Amino acid sequence: MKTIIVVGNGMVGYKFCEKFVSAANNKGFRVIVFGEEPRPAYDRVHLSEFFENQDAKALEMAPAEWYAENAIDLIVDERVSDIQRNTKTVITAKNRVFTYDYLVLATGSSAFVPPIKGVEKEGVFVYRTIEDLEGMLAYADKLRKENPDAKAAVLGGGLLGLEAGKAVMDMGLEPHIVEFAPKLMPRQLDSRSSQVLQLKLESIGLNIHLSKATNQILGDEGKITGMEFGEDDVLNVDMLVVSAGIRPRDELGKTSGLEMGVRGGIVVNNKMQTSDENIFAIGEVALYNQMIYGLVAPGYDMAGVAVDQILGNKESLMPASIDMSTKLKLIGVDVASFGEPFMPASKGHSIIFENKTQHLYKRINVSLDGKSLLGGILVGDASDYNMLHQIYLNGMKIPEDPAQLILPATEGGSSFGDVMDLPDEAQVCSCENVTKGQICGVIESGEAKDLADVVSCTKAGTGCGGCKPMVKDITTATLKSLGIEVKDSVCEHFDYNRQDLYKIIEVKGYTTFNEVLDNHGNGGHGCELCKPLVASLMATINADTANKEYAIQDSNDRFLANIQRNGTYSVVPRVPGGEITPDKLIALGQIAKKYDLYTKVTGGVRIDLFGATLNQLPLIWKELIAHGFESGHAYGKSLRTVKTCVGSTWCRYGMAESVSFGIELENRYRGIRAPHKIKGGVSGCIRECAEARGKDFGLIAVEGGWNLYLGGNGGANPRHAELFAEQIDNETVVKYLDRYLMFYMRTAKPLQRTAAWQERLEGGLEYLKEVVIEDKLGIVEDLETEMETLVNKFECEWTQAVNDPEVMKRFNHFVNSDEEDDNIVFVPMRDQKMPEQWT
Amino acid sequence: MEQILEQYTSTKLEDVKIWFKAATVQDFPFDGGACVKYKNKQIAVFNFARLNKWYACQNVCPHKMEMVLSRGMIGDDKGTPKVACPLHKKTFSLEDGSNLTGEDFKIATYPVKIEDEIVYIGFSE
Repeated sequence: MKTIIVVGNGMVGYKFCEKFVSAANNKGFRVIVFGEEPRPAYDRVHLSEFFENQDAKALEMAPAEWYAENAIDLIVDERVSDIQRNTKTVITAKNRVFTYDYLVLATGSSAFVPPIKGVEKEGVFVYRTIEDLEGMLAYADKLRKENPDAKAAVLGGGLLGLEAGKAVMDMGLEPHIVEFAPKLMPRQLDSRSSQVLQLKLESIGLNIHLSKATNQILGDEGKITGMEFGEDDVLNVDMLVVSAGIRPRDELGKTSGLEMGVRGGIVVNNKMQTSDENIFAIGEVALYNQMIYGLVAPGYDMAGVAVDQILGNKESLMPASIDMSTKLKLIGVDVASFGEPFMPASKGHSIIFENKTQHLYKRINVSLDGKSLLGGILVGDASDYNMLHQIYLNGMKIPEDPAQLILPATEGGSSFGDVMDLPDEAQVCSCENVTKGQICGVIESGEAKDLADVVSCTKAGTGCGGCKPMVKDITTATLKSLGIEVKDSVCEHFDYNRQDLYKIIEVKGYTTFNEVLDNHGNGGHGCELCKPLVASLMATINADTANKEYAIQDSNDRFLANIQRNGTYSVVPRVPGGEITPDKLIALGQIAKKYDLYTKVTGGVRIDLFGATLNQLPLIWKELIAHGFESGHAYGKSLRTVKTCVGSTWCRYGMAESVSFGIELENRYRGIRAPHKIKGGVSGCIRECAEARGKDFGLIAVEGGWNLYLGGNGGANPRHAELFAEQIDNETVVKYLDRYLMFYMRTAKPLQRTAAWQERLEGGLEYLKEVVIEDKLGIVEDLETEMETLVNKFECEWTQAVNDPEVMKRFNHFVNSDEEDDNIVFVPMRDQKMPEQWT
Repeated sequence: MEQILEQYTSTKLEDVKIWFKAATVQDFPFDGGACVKYKNKQIAVFNFARLNKWYACQNVCPHKMEMVLSRGMIGDDKGTPKVACPLHKKTFSLEDGSNLTGEDFKIATYPVKIEDEIVYIGFSE
């Protein structure tokens, strides 16, 4: 058994572990990973997201358990302090000694802090780790309390600096960016595109200061108060974030005598080997081609090469030239550059499109003969990036008038042609190194059936995410070419269908709509289609009630009642199985009388109280709850009622206790959110008085147990439920229903009842039986566990609401007055009332 | 019914004579709305937090003349900020009040400003 020690558990160090685990010939090796931070590797590229949710777990590349499951020893919070090459050992800061056969240095880099006078003052931070961010947050919090107009500056107008600028803006501080160069993002942008970006950033509130050399940091009692650039040129700030570049963490290389670069970095060859053949260096600590590559994609490639070399696949080498193209969304602004962004006039011609009113800039550089694309820059709209990047990488032919590549598409589609024109070897996802051929391959082999499958099979799109639109296009086109129906996306804000979003939220563990939209949306702000959909998915996945994020709920869920014709609401308490005591019936009557509510028995054998104003809802519910009622969820896409006949309790024909079982089922599934409403029915004999076959799930008592029917409904297209299982006992009914409902909740389209879903299910009822009864997909345990969690976490939303003063505020018609809406007019109707007729 | 609509006319920023102090910023949900009473008017006010912008419009939906728009869901239609009426999902631009679902009625919009965490709505009268 040979030992590989990986020093550094950042993104690249993690990638090494991941590639090692998935390598075919990894037997005979064990891996020990050291991380000096207190937590396992996290996604530093998306560090600024930490400000939004402050959830370090959400950024994790993999949880600590992942390492254990794959037999990797992860040792966090312990820095490797020395390497003894002669004995092949490392020594940690805790004075422990470990022996290696191969050593992989993935120590990354640290923030470079320029030697400016006063830089040690309190209130000066770097932007690198979660701990840095926590420090900044705490300091900003303190500042804001002392002075609501506090200012913060970021030193450095590069990519990370602008991210940091957004972060301090989100902290509620007035943001300033200070850059030494005369332009922003000097490595990626030319001066005209920098101006366009500057205009855009200023329009959203960032103050930009270019060509500023900081002489010293001013301070008072050791705390920063400002930055001095020259005489009389001072910027008063209360906090400073230094983002002036990175320096490789190469101390171990120096102390152990490895060959080093003149300006730092451990020199490696194209096998990622250092001057010691048993020691490898990857990521931002490695100096390859005299360069430190500060991007994730080359770091991942290096990790792959190191794994291959150590495991004996000697042909795997780092390419001589590395593509440094980047695309990112910076503070909501698209910025991209590829190939040679700045090209001398002697090499070719530039075509530039600029529209400052819309903060748009596009530049492409073409060869002198006008036949090939050499590079370019996009600001404001980078939707063409993937295609342009592919044309550049693959040396594809460009149109006779290259301007067509960046001019707005004319009718008849874009000038690019089709993604399917790309060669199979075209690299689509550069972070994970996935080619178009691989994507088509997993679909053609049947391994992947939709976009989510492609992503999980190939990992395409899981890095920076920039290639997602192209991955989607290729997937769609390939599926179409195979004659497979392509699922539609939920609305203009997402390129995913409900099932995709389900998987995304589940895997990523999102808890807010904005997280889902910001990470997987199309850059918009949501709408009345996707917001309630995500709310419903969160309810299923996280067992949230509608009170959690009420502004994304459908109107009825937001106010926990059904809006009626004149803007008043109706109230439906739960009456499980339709069984109600005289006392409760009297209470309902008294409450209805007190608030002058129109009263009617519903189609689902409950009692509906109409005409409550928004202000009255909580008053009514306080009284209902005091009498032992709970929410009936008539407003939700959730279980409504389980209708029952009286069964063997009273009926002389009854075969079983249909009321008792109906109550049990209604109480089991109450409150659970689904793609659409769900109704149930339980009949005590074959006469079927509960009309159970017209419900999503229906039970009919027969000799020896229950017959279970699934997928029926009334509505516009009535459909009888289909016989699914015969003569089963109560326990088996619950087991099958748990699995069936959960499978429906996971896979149906938005607002699709079980009937429509079941009808369109490939393989129909037989397939459903294979999944639910025979466990063909091996998922029934998961389905049961998920349902059990939802059942156990049930909470009455109205009880939550009336006990929370914050929630109660939601039910005032006016925010600035206790008055009610005076526009509501009722007219008499038989012995009750109704809203005035609409004209 | 039509006299309800006559009370509401779109007000441009330059025509504002009165800045009505409505409520505090905290009284409104993030990315959602609430209703403000001003004299005999009902005004729907929205905190479009994702855009860091505020919008105000009449609370009455011109489709069936009910005071419900403040309870509607907001979002965007190809970049245009909009509100969807909770009754029949008619949608309106929050920028200029135009109808986005193809009907020939629209809504009146009003300027909003925020000072010291207080929400003000601009009226010309």
